[in-house]
Amino acid sequence: MSGGEPLIRWDWIGSHAGYLAGLAGRHLYLSLIPVVFGLIVSVPLGIACTRWRWVYPPVLTSANVLYSIPSLALFLLFIPYTGLFSDLTLIIPLTLYTLSVLVPNVVDGLRQVSAPVSQAATAMGFGRLRQLLQVELPIAVPVVIAGVRIATVSSISLVSVGQLIGNGGLGVLFTDGQQRIFPTEVIVGIALTVVLAFAADAVLVTVQRLLTPWARTGRAAA
Amino acid sequence: MNALFNQIQSAWQWLSAAAHWQGPDGIPTRLLEHLEYSAFALFFAILVALPLGLFVGHSGRGGFIVASLANSLRALPTLGLVVLAAVLSTGDPTVPVLIPVALLAVAPILVNTYEGIRQVDPDLRDAAAGMGMNPWQVLLRAEIPVALPLILLGLRTAAIQVVATATVAAYAGLGGLGRYAIDGLAVSDYPQVVGGAVIVVLLAVVVQLLFVALRRLVLSPGLRNSHDRS
Repeated sequence: MSGGEPLIRWDWIGSHAGYLAGLAGRHLYLSLIPVVFGLIVSVPLGIACTRWRWVYPPVLTSANVLYSIPSLALFLLFIPYTGLFSDLTLIIPLTLYTLSVLVPNVVDGLRQVSAPVSQAATAMGFGRLRQLLQVELPIAVPVVIAGVRIATVSSISLVSVGQLIGNGGLGVLFTDGQQRIFPTEVIVGIALTVVLAFAADAVLVTVQRLLTPWARTGRAAA
Repeated sequence: MNALFNQIQSAWQWLSAAAHWQGPDGIPTRLLEHLEYSAFALFFAILVALPLGLFVGHSGRGGFIVASLANSLRALPTLGLVVLAAVLSTGDPTVPVLIPVALLAVAPILVNTYEGIRQVDPDLRDAAAGMGMNPWQVLLRAEIPVALPLILLGLRTAAIQVVATATVAAYAGLGGLGRYAIDGLAVSDYPQVVGGAVIVVLLAVVVQLLFVALRRLVLSPGLRNSHDRS
């Protein structure tokens, strides 16, 4: 770093607001799509794991093994399949990573339903499907959303590594800042990533409150 | 599908070429560098996180702060931190770049140690105290052995994370196995990129297996099969 360069040049941030917003938008897209895909896969998979218990151990082991593969290496291994600069090279590995958090949380959530509750539902004439949709899934919501929150925050922080294979997002600020030896850009990139993660987390907390109104009244009564 | 087969074949050729197994850019040298960096970063992460997690779990004070701190650490982007360390440093970036690598490994050790100690059955704690143990003995002879599965899980997560972060840190000038990815991408040498990635994956698997073995070795027989999510 050259002696005259300040740690942060505030005027640079002001003059690049539009550029930064564009990068943040692309960053959000690249990190949230995998969470959505992960949820689409995990909910049916989690339901299958609770219906047929023998499915769960192999699914869990595979998800954990996948999760232990370093992100950069996994992105690189997908290049031969999906190509360099393709969004899929980033989205597929990130989706696989979310499974290791989402599947166990869906299973734990569904297993939380106590025997008296499911007996009551059966007594009220609920069939299997209706019991799943109107009793088990709603009860599982808080645990599932707890998993979604972890998956979202890690996904947002991991996406910048994708810039090394040319995927854009806020990671651009890191590679560009490195080449120009420009700390402002790097610090802004880190700050915006953390802001995005916290904002997404706050939105998910609100979603959970809206989806589980009974939790609030329960707490108020207690 | 044919293109994929060619990629695998050329990566295998890269891995098996004798020239890639010697010299300062050879696989053994890079692997050793990577292990050295990882051990260094993990050591400092443990030095900070383990005592802090034990203290917070045992005393029950500051639990909320630990949870929020760990969440914030999880949100930090690896690439940004290592680049910042490199940009702010003058001269050899190796040690500055290893600071964020260690920092990012603090969260899993801290959270799991704290959770492990906190979840110890209060009756067990009372029984240990009732047997005349002082607070140190309660911690060392009752709480830590019972919390060991979670503490080991935290260490394993941290170790795997360090191996991964050290790979990314090659972009900021660190040596080690990440060099193959970064240098290979710079000159579009994909056999080198994919070959290097394969070695990193193998290293992560070996680290995982080492911790499974360690767990078998040190865990009290009465605790096996509990907390079993590994």
